Amino acid sequence: MGAFFLLPLLIVLAYSILSKGDYGGVALPVTGANYIRFLDPLYLRILGRTFWMAALTTALCLAIGYPLAYFIAFYGGRWKPALLFLVVMPFWTSFLVRTYAWIFLLRDTGLINTILIRLGWIRAPLPLLYNEGAVLVGLVYGFLPLTVLPLYASIERLDRTLLEAAADLGARPAVSLARVTVPLTMPGIYAGGVLVFISALGAYITPDLLGGGKSILIGNLVQNQFTTARDWPFGAAVSLLLMAVVVAALQLYRRREEAA
Amino acid sequence: MRGSRALPAFAVAAYGFLHLPVLVLIVFSFNESRFTVWTGLSWRWYRELARSTRMLEALGNSLLVAVASTLISTAIGTLCAYAMSRHRIRGARVLDAVLQLSIVTPEIVTGISLLAFFQFVFRFTDFGLGLDTIIIAHVAFSIAFVLLVVRVRLAALDPALEEAAMDLGAGPVTTFFRVTLPLLQPGIVAAALLAFILSFDDYVITSLVAGVGSETLPMVIYSMARRGVSPVVNALSAVLVVALGALILAADRLQRRSAA
Repeated sequence: MGAFFLLPLLIVLAYSILSKGDYGGVALPVTGANYIRFLDPLYLRILGRTFWMAALTTALCLAIGYPLAYFIAFYGGRWKPALLFLVVMPFWTSFLVRTYAWIFLLRDTGLINTILIRLGWIRAPLPLLYNEGAVLVGLVYGFLPLTVLPLYASIERLDRTLLEAAADLGARPAVSLARVTVPLTMPGIYAGGVLVFISALGAYITPDLLGGGKSILIGNLVQNQFTTARDWPFGAAVSLLLMAVVVAALQLYRRREEAA
Repeated sequence: MRGSRALPAFAVAAYGFLHLPVLVLIVFSFNESRFTVWTGLSWRWYRELARSTRMLEALGNSLLVAVASTLISTAIGTLCAYAMSRHRIRGARVLDAVLQLSIVTPEIVTGISLLAFFQFVFRFTDFGLGLDTIIIAHVAFSIAFVLLVVRVRLAALDPALEEAAMDLGAGPVTTFFRVTLPLLQPGIVAAALLAFILSFDDYVITSLVAGVGSETLPMVIYSMARRGVSPVVNALSAVLVVALGALILAADRLQRRSAA
């Protein structure tokens, strides 16, 4: 474990405080310049965009995942295992193929544009692919399964007599949902949310394939520094920053869990 | 969630969102035309797929990497899980933290840290990037998953069975191979299937540590997907989804039986 995981990470840490070598490698002297360079507005904007996209993805996944988990818990009956399997299965079937499927649907000559043109609703294809909207759809599609399991677990555990009590006391369904169900299932909301949030922070394939390089996120910046730009020390610094953000998000979540 | 019909309708829409994109892709892989207009059923793209030497070679590489890394990571992961549960290891908490950290680390960070690690090692040896580095990288990222799955099964094991074997005169090695291992088998098989799927589908880490001329299937799909849509990739996607889907179904069955 140590050799496989910690050692490579220590090398990245060492690289991040070295200078860029002549042929793409690393060289002395030791420097903090790679971290300072990240304060450039260009990179801060990428960081900001990554946070924004991750937050939007999390919000949308929860908004779709909660009613879905609620449906499975309350109406699933004996089909619960099958319904849950249908949610989880796409997560394990090739992430790459599932992203590619969206290229097939969204591009200019893709299925959606072809249908709309045939129906006569539009003349020219809509620019659906290679923008932030496409990346957002891809991220929500990719990570939605992650929210449903924790949400389902907490909704399933909910004491249903409390809902009956709320109804007996005259609470309308919307009120009992907002004042009883949601507050009591907060642990599931936080758990599902943090899973999606940290996954979206490190996303690489989706922004690259569906964003067409126009809406790059932190993960793409790291990859770029290690391949085309050949600036390993800067790439190492950025990847450690990404890791730090992920660990910080997880730590915040843990602190909340322990307090609860 | 007002009314009794809104929620089921929403759930149907959510399942559609999760499954339709890939189903549509599979349907169109049987389309005779290379465009997104249905012209008739045809096996044309599957025949082309079967004739493509690049794809067949990539398939061979992917299978080799997946089988090798699954065998190695399952063996190491199972032994680690056993050692951690049966012996009080100093720093078990630290090991646990490292395990969790390695699972939440963004793939792109794992990938570049392994790349940096390999480049560092290559300074002292005359090795190069190739299929073997891909196998090592896949072992590195799947061990943690194997460990976690096997640990669940180990925790459910009755220690009295092992004690009984020892009391009847079996040595620790005999006990491990004749009692513990057979009891763990469903968990181990589920872990191995998981490792296989993770390996077979990985693009991010693989593409970073692959040498020239060691292309895996996800790498072929990725490079073709970046250039747009190809009906041959549609056919390949369909094959992958069906094959991986069958494996996931098998893993799910085993997991459920091993949890019961």
